[in-house]
Amino acid sequence: MKDLTDLTIAEAREGLAERSFSAVELTQAHLAAIKSANRALNAFVLETPERALQMAETSDGRLAKGEGGALEGIPLGIKDLFCTKDVRTTACSHILDRFTPTYESTVTANLWDAGAVMLGKLNNDEFAMGSSNETSFYGEVVNPWRREGSDAPLVPGGSSGGSSAAVAARLCLGATATDTGGSIRQPAAFTGTVGLKPTYGRCSRWGIVAFASSLDQAGPITRTVRDSAIMLAAMAGHDPKDATSADIAVPDFGAAVGQGVKGLTIGIPKEYRVDGMAPEIEVLWQQGIAWLTEAGATIKDISLPHTMYALPSYYIVAPAEASSNLARYDGVRYGLREPGKDVISMYENTRESGFGAEVKRRVLIGTYVLSAGYYDAYYLKAQKVRTLIKRDFDQAFERVDAILTPTTPAPAFAAGEKSGDPLEMYLNDIFTVTVNMAGLPGISVPAGLSSEGTPLGLQVIGKAFDEETMFRVAQVVEDAAGLIAKPNDWWSKL
Amino acid sequence: MDAKSEKSNLIAGETGDWEVVIGMEVHAQVTSNAKLFSGASTEFGGEPNSHVSLVDAAMPGMLPVINEVCVSQAVKTGLGLKAEINLYSVFDRKNYFYPDLPQGYQISQYKNPIVGKGEVIVDMLTGERVIVGIERLHLEQDAGKSLHDQHPQNSYVDLNRSGVALMEIVSKPDLRSSEQAKAYVSKLRTILRYLGTCDGNMDQGSLRADVNVSVRRPGDEFGTRCEIKNVNSIRFIGQAIEYEARRQIEIIEDGGTIDQETRLFDAKTGETRSMRSKEEAHDYRYFPDPDLLPLELTQDFVDDIAKTLPELPDEKRARFIADYGLTPYDADVLVAERESVDYFEDVAKGRDAKQAANWVINELFGRLNKEGLTINDSPISSAQLGGIVDLIKAETISGKIAKDVFDIVWTEGGDPAEIVEARGMKQVTDTGAIEKAVDEVLAANPDKVEQAKAKPALAGWFVGQVMKATSGKASPQAVNALIKAKLGLD
Repeated sequence: MKDLTDLTIAEAREGLAERSFSAVELTQAHLAAIKSANRALNAFVLETPERALQMAETSDGRLAKGEGGALEGIPLGIKDLFCTKDVRTTACSHILDRFTPTYESTVTANLWDAGAVMLGKLNNDEFAMGSSNETSFYGEVVNPWRREGSDAPLVPGGSSGGSSAAVAARLCLGATATDTGGSIRQPAAFTGTVGLKPTYGRCSRWGIVAFASSLDQAGPITRTVRDSAIMLAAMAGHDPKDATSADIAVPDFGAAVGQGVKGLTIGIPKEYRVDGMAPEIEVLWQQGIAWLTEAGATIKDISLPHTMYALPSYYIVAPAEASSNLARYDGVRYGLREPGKDVISMYENTRESGFGAEVKRRVLIGTYVLSAGYYDAYYLKAQKVRTLIKRDFDQAFERVDAILTPTTPAPAFAAGEKSGDPLEMYLNDIFTVTVNMAGLPGISVPAGLSSEGTPLGLQVIGKAFDEETMFRVAQVVEDAAGLIAKPNDWWSKL
Repeated sequence: MDAKSEKSNLIAGETGDWEVVIGMEVHAQVTSNAKLFSGASTEFGGEPNSHVSLVDAAMPGMLPVINEVCVSQAVKTGLGLKAEINLYSVFDRKNYFYPDLPQGYQISQYKNPIVGKGEVIVDMLTGERVIVGIERLHLEQDAGKSLHDQHPQNSYVDLNRSGVALMEIVSKPDLRSSEQAKAYVSKLRTILRYLGTCDGNMDQGSLRADVNVSVRRPGDEFGTRCEIKNVNSIRFIGQAIEYEARRQIEIIEDGGTIDQETRLFDAKTGETRSMRSKEEAHDYRYFPDPDLLPLELTQDFVDDIAKTLPELPDEKRARFIADYGLTPYDADVLVAERESVDYFEDVAKGRDAKQAANWVINELFGRLNKEGLTINDSPISSAQLGGIVDLIKAETISGKIAKDVFDIVWTEGGDPAEIVEARGMKQVTDTGAIEKAVDEVLAANPDKVEQAKAKPALAGWFVGQVMKATSGKASPQAVNALIKAKLGLD
């Protein structure tokens, strides 16, 4: 039999239902894996073993009676951006490093209602601002994957680097994550996992530390497309506490997986063939097109003409919203407070000490683009571009059912390689930000390995609130790619 | 001359007359149980920080959700101000740091307010009528309160008010004197209280005004204005404008210029002082709040609210004058407070409205004023006062006796009819008894009888004598008729 930590969520559910193992055993196996791995990977910023075992025991009780929710007894990791009641929640920022919420985010509450078990809180870029998980106050996360023949640490992507690393390293069966410009899909691509950003409004944002409200969306990182569908079904749903949450019924995502792509038309946007894209990414993309063709899909070239403006616009809209969203961290009511001679200096000292360099950079950019005299030239123009990007997709989706692109222009890079150059770092998001700007669902599926033996992902973009078609396409890519070898375990031996 | 530049409104300076130009931004707290974007209570006077939700405290990950009641109230107010209702409006963030502003921004409406242009009619005691244009009304969150007197070094913050819904009602610069400004705020307050959209309690901060003041020579362009922030009584509004206008006139007459700035009114000294200059003004970095979708209303929603609109003071006033023959002054007095007008209409219902108005204004309001009471504290209910008016109408008591009954009801309470019955205050309508009294008075004053025959007006003297003789209980009408008949004056 497989190691318990090697199971997919779907397999673990079967095993639990058949009582082949208990939820406590499943949880213990993961707690042990975390214990041996975390010093090397730094994926968890907080482990909650007691709570995990308690939740697992409760699950065993329900399972013994033949009851239980869709995720009964399934051990998960939670990105530290999700507020968890009575469990420290920091957004991996010094400014919140002693903050313990008295409330539970809607998404995690949904997961616990479905019977899931919380193993702990996962590392991420500070306030989800980053593409390499190098901006966390709790230190960088190390990608379990390494280049062939090299011990040099690679980044796990960001901002959900703790989530992607933990899922790839078999420290949890699945993890929650959030995606504002690619923060689920890019780390998934870098770690050989499946990362899904649902349609904006599909999951409630209530209780998730906000980065950029109009772009933020929660989603799962898992090891298979089926698991992604299972987790999303549990996370999603209308929440009256979030005015941007859509009052749309959650379909049976699991049923969509495996329906194939026969009869579907898949769009290939020519604008995603960008300068500086690694040749092997192009090869991978062509491979994906071939797989879908073989599976019966029709391929159609499409144009998304405003793609080139997406990244600069994103880096106006997201920091603008962030500069305002992060104003509440002022040392007055909770979190860090650095005293000063008056209230202004208290604010300055608190925010100077509490925020890291990347967060400060974005707060400054955001403040600048919203300032009198600059608003029209930056923020307003960026919003207009956003409308045009949305229109590009609307027009494309009149002709196609889903869109296939690479997830990132290159595979995982080495730690420190890009952290000195923000612009180069931001380029990581080039294929993913458009999807956030348009509010669409996107999923990254492992599709192959780079010449260096590291994972590569393909992205499937769906119509708004049509995750089902997206899942169908993703499943075909996953099947065709075959199971990608898991990373060699070097971390537990340290 | 422009009606607004009435001579009487001008201020005499050293170098000639000046005209003050005033525009107001009134902040009216919306009457609602819960705050604008959270379920926390809006009740006044709770323990500090006892009405604070996670949203009001801006905890991480908390999101605002619009309270529909507040939206209805804003629409209702807009309709009451005869204003355009914008079916599409947007909530924006106004960003600034202050300890009593937990989010670091106030959610307000900037470019797209819920209510557009309207007007308020202000009738001055002088008979002058001022039409004040309303520029807009928008919804916004109130801030909390900083407490500076609780600790030697630190300030405390009370977030009970944080997130309470306010309507900011912005007038055009149509006011030309402190009296007009005061009358405008009074009228606005009356309208809001009729509508039930703001309780108008200025001492609890439910209604505050930012007052924009500038001066100019009559007929000139507008001068540079100063904004006096957060004035919280009608009297202070008047004082602040008077002081500020004088201050600006003196500066200009001394050859200076007015700096556009924000000023504070000090109630202790009656003066305004500089708070921050235009250069120090905040850049609020307004942008649409991404946590809230644009507010889109249907015309049906607005129409349904329109159906619930009560009769407003202007309409009531016009009706009282036209239908009841009340003087404009009496009508103004009655409609000024919703409680007063409700009381009056209770008394007037099914009775002679003019007589009811007399009794409410002269006897009741007179007595309330004398004793420093409001209509809500009146010891005499509208039913009791109506009872007194009924007794007069039925000629059971005379107007004079009615005042005695009023006194008794005021101090002791009770049903007027029973009081009159029990205390033998009933008017004597027995003509035999009256005739006897008349005969006695006529017989006792033969000289006056002769004089009265020549000069009929003297008949009144006999009436008074007879009333005196009957302790006021004789029906004055009956006495009058008898005397006239016996003197042969008919």
